[in-house]
Amino acid sequence: MLQDKDRMFTNLYGYHSWSLKDAMKRGAWDNTKALIEKGRDWICEEVKSSGLRGRGGAGFPTGLKWSFMPKESDGRPSYLVVNADESEPGTCKDREIMRNDPHILIEGCLLASVGMGAHACYIYIRGEFVYEAQILEAAIAEAYEAGLVGKNACKSGYDFDIYLHRGAGAYICGEETALIESLEGKKGQPRLKPPFPAMSGLYGCPTTVNNVESIASAPAILRRGADWFKGFGRENNHGTKLFCVSGHVNKPCNVEEAMSIPLKELLEKHCGGVRGGWDNLLAVIPGGSSVPLITKDVCDTVLMDYDDLKENGTGLGTAAVIVMDKSTDIVAAIARLSYFYKHESCGQCTPCREGTGWMWRMMQRMVVGKATVEEIDMLWEVTKQIEGKTICALGDAAAWPIQGLIRNFRPELERRILEARKNAA
Amino acid sequence: MSEAQFKFEGEYLAEVERAIAKYPKGREQSAVLTALDQAQRQNHAGGHYVTDAAIDEISRMLDMPRIRVLEVATFFTMINLEPVGEFHIQLCGTTPCMLRGAQDIRAAIEKHLDIENGETTADKKFTLTEVECLGACSNAPMIQVNDDFYEDLTPEKTTWLLDELKAGRTVEPGSAIGRRCSEPEGGPITLQEGEFAQNAEKGGK
Repeated sequence: MLQDKDRMFTNLYGYHSWSLKDAMKRGAWDNTKALIEKGRDWICEEVKSSGLRGRGGAGFPTGLKWSFMPKESDGRPSYLVVNADESEPGTCKDREIMRNDPHILIEGCLLASVGMGAHACYIYIRGEFVYEAQILEAAIAEAYEAGLVGKNACKSGYDFDIYLHRGAGAYICGEETALIESLEGKKGQPRLKPPFPAMSGLYGCPTTVNNVESIASAPAILRRGADWFKGFGRENNHGTKLFCVSGHVNKPCNVEEAMSIPLKELLEKHCGGVRGGWDNLLAVIPGGSSVPLITKDVCDTVLMDYDDLKENGTGLGTAAVIVMDKSTDIVAAIARLSYFYKHESCGQCTPCREGTGWMWRMMQRMVVGKATVEEIDMLWEVTKQIEGKTICALGDAAAWPIQGLIRNFRPELERRILEARKNAA
Repeated sequence: MSEAQFKFEGEYLAEVERAIAKYPKGREQSAVLTALDQAQRQNHAGGHYVTDAAIDEISRMLDMPRIRVLEVATFFTMINLEPVGEFHIQLCGTTPCMLRGAQDIRAAIEKHLDIENGETTADKKFTLTEVECLGACSNAPMIQVNDDFYEDLTPEKTTWLLDELKAGRTVEPGSAIGRRCSEPEGGPITLQEGEFAQNAEKGGK
């Protein structure tokens, strides 16, 4: 188990106050000035060599992303935008950072901004997190009051402004370009890339969008050093990570653990094990609703990191582990996700707008077996017509859970169809 | 829809102005979500929705074509264009909550209030809407009532909550089984060392 001294999110469960005074006692804002003075290149390099990869789902190397920002301004300002639109089903970690340790995030925003040459930052928080937004606003006000942000932040000579922006309930705004659109006051429909946000993002200016957890990891990495962070997890999968466990475990929870922890160990050590014991496990969605499920035989040995999950046909995503025991109606569980994607499709691209509705209607019939066996192949074919054919990844995300279901539970789908036919006869 | 004029007032006006000041000059449109949210908050007694007149006012204030304001208003689920009850129950129905019994919670609410999903009670106290993942999955099942999250629910706890709200009493948001946040039930097993240990003994709150 990861030792407490190596945990970054020391007030994860909110047993102590989030306030500046207490956050400072826990180590936040400790001589931030010295870190800023080490300069942009040092910050960027340190984060690069720590191996930190984006914690919001895509897993892109964070330091590398920062290095895409222009070194010299052409007159346009650069922006850091923090994606706090946490809406991926199963994911509930950024909320804990924002309501229990907001100063780690704010300090991370300053350091990341220095690392990419930005002087202004917007945090885009999902609208439903009303209470979290209030805390974050209050924490930002505290940081301004103490001179930690604003003009001459931390007396470093670096000017830095930070603002909170509230969303209003749209999953798609977690996609970085949709988020930028929404931040500009438009409906949140993703943009075509290129141009990438680092060239032209918010208000047409160079922009980097990072997840809350990625940014909140920066202060610890810079203070303790890239090697410390690199000491956890396998090659290419480094660091500590918040895991959100939900569904059929005895004690669902959020927990910070080392990357590459075996899934079985995660569930048994931290979550009281699978309801009814390990052998009662049916399947796990290991990285939020957008990644395909894995069955028990994979769960027996799989490691919770980007590469091992990828090798097993799924992904780490946001590390939101949705556990399903043998009592689960697996077809209904995936059908509910199909409804989710149908509801959240922004409607811009035809394959996704029409396809998500089509898949959901088909899945509803699969739940009760009102289909033909050939239609399973047709459903698979349709997922392939959506995957990779849309502007953003929502189409892929809608297709993959169904593909995972067909790949792993085809006999169950066929059984329902045959049974329904028998009952009708 | 209200025929009357709409003007932002008091705290609502202050909040919209505060939002506008967050964005560069000429980018006032960025405040549209805040303006829509504040418009329905100001209209809470009238059904917590954005009226036509409010759309006009936001369009004028932020110098946006009316259709652009309406387009945003229809895109986001939190913006109501029709009245809702005094307590808007948003039940999370997505898979992580579903696995922990969200449909039982929904059935209990529907039976208790004698309404179906999407409907408002005759006394205009409650509206029930099944919504998509609210981001509290380790505390499933859960509902959001207006601004507050109520988590780790059972059907019994839910109907009790509704009765309390109906009687005008406030109920502390959060876990119904005594969890502080998203630690494992029974208390955290990590972060047990030092001054800021995450346990009830050392818990400052």
